[in-house]
Amino acid sequence: MSNVPHELLYTKEHEWVRIDGNSAVVGITEHAQRELGDVVFVELPDVGKSFEVGEPFGTVESVKAVSEIYAPLSGEITEINNEVVDSPELVNEDPYGEGWLAKFSFTTAPSGLLSAAEYERYINDEANK
Amino acid sequence: MHTYEPPIFELSSPGKIGAALPDAGVPETELPAHLLRDDDLAGLPEISETEVVRHFTRISQRNFCIDTGMYPLGSCTMKYNPKIHEDAARLPGFAFIHPLQAEETVQGALQLTYELQNILAEISGFDQVCLQPAAGAQGEFAGILVFRAYHLDRGDDQRDEVLCPNSAHGTNPATAAMVGFKVVEIATDSRGNVDLADLRAKVGPRTAGLMLTNPNTLGLFDENVHEVAKIVHEAGGLMYGDGANFNAILGIVKPGDVGFDFMHYNLHKTFTTPHGGGGPGCGAVGCKEFLADYLPGPIVALKEGQYTRHTPVKSIGRLKAFKGNFGMFVRAYTYIRMLGAAGLRSVSEHAVLNANYLRVNLDKIYPVAYDRTCMHEVVLQGKIKGAPSVHTLDIAKRLIDFGFHPPTVYFPISVAESIMIEPTETESKRNMDAFIDAMKQIAHEAVENPELLHAAPTTAPVRRLDEATAARRPILKYDQAAIAALLSK
Repeated sequence: MSNVPHELLYTKEHEWVRIDGNSAVVGITEHAQRELGDVVFVELPDVGKSFEVGEPFGTVESVKAVSEIYAPLSGEITEINNEVVDSPELVNEDPYGEGWLAKFSFTTAPSGLLSAAEYERYINDEANK
Repeated sequence: MHTYEPPIFELSSPGKIGAALPDAGVPETELPAHLLRDDDLAGLPEISETEVVRHFTRISQRNFCIDTGMYPLGSCTMKYNPKIHEDAARLPGFAFIHPLQAEETVQGALQLTYELQNILAEISGFDQVCLQPAAGAQGEFAGILVFRAYHLDRGDDQRDEVLCPNSAHGTNPATAAMVGFKVVEIATDSRGNVDLADLRAKVGPRTAGLMLTNPNTLGLFDENVHEVAKIVHEAGGLMYGDGANFNAILGIVKPGDVGFDFMHYNLHKTFTTPHGGGGPGCGAVGCKEFLADYLPGPIVALKEGQYTRHTPVKSIGRLKAFKGNFGMFVRAYTYIRMLGAAGLRSVSEHAVLNANYLRVNLDKIYPVAYDRTCMHEVVLQGKIKGAPSVHTLDIAKRLIDFGFHPPTVYFPISVAESIMIEPTETESKRNMDAFIDAMKQIAHEAVENPELLHAAPTTAPVRRLDEATAARRPILKYDQAAIAALLSK
């Protein structure tokens, strides 16, 4: 069973979002890192770049595959996790903590994100497909 | 046999000499200091001729290749390369010519190039072929550059998107991005075809074209290909065909007849030129008449009985030096001439038959991603009932112990735990039966003794490699201290 913290919001692309005021920290879920396998490379955008919801903003490469990470909301990058660029294994070891990827600031509140219960149902449905 | 072979530097003993050099005949001088190496490499290895020969012979014997065993890498078409190709390519008139020789002195080579262009055009239903691109990816690059040139030439400068189904070859979106287009992904429907509803939602005035691999990376022929082409064309876009899987449809489907405007051929896959260590390859390209003016050059034409080279008037330019990898033209030409039209059709029929033979023998144990007749390759899933701890990687590694090269794994990425198997038409039933037996035995072990799989391979010169550390902290040059430190961990 995957660890899906109830206080976070999620996307069908397996990102998690922690909203605090009008900024949001984004990472990939525990389920995503397990599916990907050992992460060997993380590419993140420069601080100050803006992205529309659904646009790829970075790349996570594992021994199996290269995956894009999609912006779960529209906003500007205010901070990136440089630790994870140097030590990509943090994404596997602590996806909801030290393995966070980027911090966005937004003016329009994000919409369409999944609750923990909805995300959990989604990954279970996917597994049973 | 199955032991670690140390690097040649570690076989060195001071003072051992493999060759006696004559006296220099001139006074010796020191090399300038700035040209000397300043790293820890002491010098060249000192080793006898016998040891040199044995070292490299031992390494060569560990090489797994199509000449030693079945190599069922899906998407790669690792089929047998007939040895007669090598005879043809070594004929003096082909082997000892120079690309800058005057045309009248190389008429035979130009004739072969011209005829191969025409043969490939005929097989695929196109009007003009250019053999210059050096590989499939370069052929794709040429095609998308041609699409851009065509739209811009018409003053149509709003088209900045290329549509790529998620069943496409991974190089397709990379190519579109490299040319400067925005890549728009199209979903796959429940039968493994392009999802028409998703396509209709995403196609439009910004669409420069769509890149379709057909048969696709799921090993399935896209049943909607006519409709896909119609939708894209109605929006003013062009259809790019990735010919990587052309091996499955020779003499059966002409891509030019089902709506494609442009396509590349992988001579090393479909037409048995060697797959080799990065080349040389040939990613020939073909297109419809209305795009021919934009093709790369040179192209060979026949004028008043003379073969001559020319570059099309609005050409995107050349993609590599000289005339392309001519030695590959000779091999592909030999293959096609040897088989003839009926033989080529038989190639595809047997490639498809073999893949389906594997499919029906394995699909009870390894679930198939899409339950329908496949083309030249089949995508299974490494999900064995009763063996939750076993993954595709374990199955692939265990196959090494049974003497097979593992199939392609974890690709296509749209299928979880995918195992993509392409036997090709050149494997006999006996070999395929041995492969099936190995796959069944592995599934049995996965339930009874999964540790066997987790520990695999056990018979190879090295055991399971640590891919994650290799990627995270690669050692990119010979560094004895770094290797020793790693081994001591």
